[in-house]
Amino acid sequence: MNFIEMITNAGGGHLLANAPALVVAIPLIAGAVAVVLGHGKLAWVWSVLIALVTFGFSLILLQSVLGGETITYAMGNWPAPLGITYHIDALNALLISLVSAMALLALLYGWPMVEREIDPKKHAMFFGTFLLCVGGLIGVAIAGDAFNVFVFLEVSSISTYVLVAMGAQKNRQALTASFNYLILGTIGATFFVIGVGLLYMATGTLNMADISRILADSEGNRVVRAAFAFIVIGLGLKTAMFPLHTWLPNAYTFSPSMIGVFLASTATKVAFYILIRFLFSVFHAGASFETAMFDFVLAPMAMVAMIVCSVQASFQSDVRRLLAYSSVAQVGYMLLGLSLGTAAGLAAGLLHMFNHALMKGALFMAVGLAGLGLGITRVNELRGLGKTMPLVAAGLTVAGLSLIGVPLTAGFISKYYLVIAVLERGWWWAVVAIVVSSVLAIFYVGRMIEAMYLQNPPTPSAAHESDPPIQVRSPVLSMAALYVLVIGSVWFFFDPSLPKGLADTAAGLLIGGGGL
Amino acid sequence: MSELFAGPMNPAFALILAGLLMAFIPDWRVRKFIALAGPVLALWLWLQVGVFGSTGGIHIAAIGLDLEPFRFDGLSRIWALIFIIAAFINALYALHDHDQVQDAMAAMYGGAAIAAVFAGDLLTLFVFWELTAITSVFLIWRAGTEASRQAGIRYLVMHVGSGILLLIGAVLLQSETGSWAFEHIGLESGLAGWLIFIGFGIKASFPFLHSWLQDSYPKATVTGTVVLASFTTKMAIYALARGFAGEDILIYIGVAMAVFPVFFAVVENDLRRVLSFSLTNQLGFMVVGIGIGTTLAINGTAAQVFAHVLFKGLLFMSMGAVLYRVGTTKASELGGLFRSMPFSALFCLIGAGSISAFPFLSAFVTKALILAAVADEGHWIVLGLLIFASAGVMEHAGIKIPYFAFFAHDSGKRPKEAPWNMLLAMGIAAFLCVFLGINYGWLYDLLPYPIIYEPYTFGHIVGQMQLLLAAIFAFALLLRIGWYPSEVRLTILDIDWFWRKPIKSFLLWLNAVSDRMIAAIQVHLGKQIDGAGRALASILSPYGSVARLVPRGVLVGWAAAFLALALLTVYLAQ
Repeated sequence: MNFIEMITNAGGGHLLANAPALVVAIPLIAGAVAVVLGHGKLAWVWSVLIALVTFGFSLILLQSVLGGETITYAMGNWPAPLGITYHIDALNALLISLVSAMALLALLYGWPMVEREIDPKKHAMFFGTFLLCVGGLIGVAIAGDAFNVFVFLEVSSISTYVLVAMGAQKNRQALTASFNYLILGTIGATFFVIGVGLLYMATGTLNMADISRILADSEGNRVVRAAFAFIVIGLGLKTAMFPLHTWLPNAYTFSPSMIGVFLASTATKVAFYILIRFLFSVFHAGASFETAMFDFVLAPMAMVAMIVCSVQASFQSDVRRLLAYSSVAQVGYMLLGLSLGTAAGLAAGLLHMFNHALMKGALFMAVGLAGLGLGITRVNELRGLGKTMPLVAAGLTVAGLSLIGVPLTAGFISKYYLVIAVLERGWWWAVVAIVVSSVLAIFYVGRMIEAMYLQNPPTPSAAHESDPPIQVRSPVLSMAALYVLVIGSVWFFFDPSLPKGLADTAAGLLIGGGGL
Repeated sequence: MSELFAGPMNPAFALILAGLLMAFIPDWRVRKFIALAGPVLALWLWLQVGVFGSTGGIHIAAIGLDLEPFRFDGLSRIWALIFIIAAFINALYALHDHDQVQDAMAAMYGGAAIAAVFAGDLLTLFVFWELTAITSVFLIWRAGTEASRQAGIRYLVMHVGSGILLLIGAVLLQSETGSWAFEHIGLESGLAGWLIFIGFGIKASFPFLHSWLQDSYPKATVTGTVVLASFTTKMAIYALARGFAGEDILIYIGVAMAVFPVFFAVVENDLRRVLSFSLTNQLGFMVVGIGIGTTLAINGTAAQVFAHVLFKGLLFMSMGAVLYRVGTTKASELGGLFRSMPFSALFCLIGAGSISAFPFLSAFVTKALILAAVADEGHWIVLGLLIFASAGVMEHAGIKIPYFAFFAHDSGKRPKEAPWNMLLAMGIAAFLCVFLGINYGWLYDLLPYPIIYEPYTFGHIVGQMQLLLAAIFAFALLLRIGWYPSEVRLTILDIDWFWRKPIKSFLLWLNAVSDRMIAAIQVHLGKQIDGAGRALASILSPYGSVARLVPRGVLVGWAAAFLALALLTVYLAQ
């Protein structure tokens, strides 16, 4: 981390002190600048630069909370109950790093796709909106008071609707997908803000740490309970909790390739984070109404999602739709870990969140590259990809194996911990659900692998059967971004200490004393 | 991880590596060289090990794993050796076939089976257990027919399922004992033991779990059936011998396996399917040996496995040669082939004699060990049933196979003799059958436990000859008076039909339901709960043509319903 120290020293410690504010402000302001830049490629270069800087700041934050410390940053030096605070600990530092890293990788990956899929006149707007979305997501993760969470949630959501709708040039259905997402997302946000309003009514404060203090040791009156239900369902919509996931498959399928990559690996993750924050930090996991919610709503729905959505994924013909349904099933794994209500379960859920971001990002990248090179969108069109695009096919395979949870991939580690955590609680039936869902994953990933390696590529009408298949090259930067994630999916099997340590620290903080 | 390459190398790696290499080598000459070199290298590595012990442990401290992938002891030694020999013979047998997928998969499949045998812990066992399933299914699929595709899927479901039972059992066991080690498990360990037992039982083709074998092996490719018959079931026998030796229930399971396939085999028309039934029958003898569990019985099982891989492979190879040259193995369409395929007929006869335990052929010196162990323990009824099953073996495998394929009435077919490589492979296997029958001391030295046994006593030879001659007489008599139930086209409905249909229907039903039920409930609840949502939908959905999207109003209604559920839950919580 010498590099980071060098940067911070250069700034005389000033940058370090204000890093929490900068990590949000930089992408938000730069988003406006990107629109002004006008020229497409220039806006892209600018966005890459901003993403790089944001990533640097997020690493600074990450490094300063590695040991389990927490940072509370008061905006404009207005202290907590009155002013706006930002709060950083192991939990959201992991999230912020994930979002900024994925933004950087998605940008590095995405230029050829954007050039193909988006009208050149809209390039600047596209990148501007993208940076707004990044800023919004980081804002959700870092904000220390409930209303700011809502504001940033809306910033990120609205920019996401726009980004999804930009897929319309590729497929007009992007418009309906985006509209559906808008309706449901807005309902989710409304539920959330109603819940926050009720909480304000009951406690008289919006600062999350403050609410937590006031609610401590109380079973909560009906207002608090209603607030709890509204907030969980509102955030559940954003997390794509089954059966509130219906916006997700179409949004992921029809969005521009680059946006699919970014959303799949960050959007639901950030919503999942804020759900955890409310469930464990603001409310108290020991409260009876929360336990009831875990046992009767979240855990059953998580298991239904794991199985039903895996079945649905198995029967999809569109590759990205298949991956999207798989995402809903994977959200089920995370929610299952969370609903155990134990430190081990929470850590397993967080670890799976991190690993899933890597592998699903890689899968969407690989599918996007296959689409760019050969126009592939359907599973049966993947046939012979092992011969025509061997590197892309290899990346897709490794990430797919991680999705199944095959040993030697990161997916195995998080599923392993999840099973252990579930067994600690004695929920045998949940282990069955995990196993069944993993078997279904073998089927839907196996379909892709089978098509890529065991079937021959389609022969162009002019060519002969015996001709060797033509290899299609992919853009170097996009391939590099893909392989960062693919290697990550394997690396974190052999050395899971970074995400595992952070997840354990975060889970310890949350279960221990609320972590605010 | 650094210990991985310390100490002797696992012979399994040689074959798995050969398989991986072949998957990427388009030139068939290079590939065939590797296919033959892999088993030779594996044999060399096997010879290098020398001492018993466990090496190359993997310790992943981060997740508390202690793996023991290479345990070389009396039990695993002999299984690995016969698997290596089988891999070589199979590669030689497939030399004329240029199918890259089968080349690669067959080698990896053999390697995985060897690695599973060497596994000292249940997780390693699980990994290679599943690898054998995944690699072997291609040998069925590459037959290229619709029947083989479907049989392959059923095969895969059974075998992946078997691995999952193993994994769940292993996890349960680990949570109780704190160790992943693969030692004696026993059924007294409760649910975990039973899950693992059933997982092993699927691959060992226990009664009611056996049908995948007769379903898939006859539908595999010419060379694929030979490879399949070599490894999977014998790996399961090893696992049972390691984990469940001395479980009484195995004696009765084994007897059932030895007796019942006899009836199916006698009436079956497809000779490769006859051999598949005969395979289950042979496994029955081994399972009984494991159930007895004494050192003599385990020795007998190990010796029987060693001999069995050779003679059963030989029989499958001879039928493969017939299939390759004639295009069918239906008894009703064959006959008289000895005129143009004399060597294949000779080798088939040696295989048939071996499986029937003729003196001076291999099963004579191995099966006797199991029967002696049964007699020692005083299971007289079991012994009687096994002797009946032995006569049945003679009947359907010893006589029926060579008789209907190569002799019987002349079908008029005059196919060419099998290719030289097939003949050589069969010749090696036939030589080993004879060699083991005479130099049995060499085999006895390899057995897990020290042994003093003399198979060539007067009583044993005479008793066995009486049994065999009686079986031949019965066959001749039945044939003479026209009661022998064969050469008829018929389809045997096995037990599997009864669960195959319902499960398939269930899956199709689940598929339909998963898509429609949610939408149906949504529509229903949407009407009930949120009229406003529907009004919103009718106003806001200008794209009525996008019919497959669920109306937005319904989704809104669903969200409302879910909120109601959540509110109710927190309201009622005490």
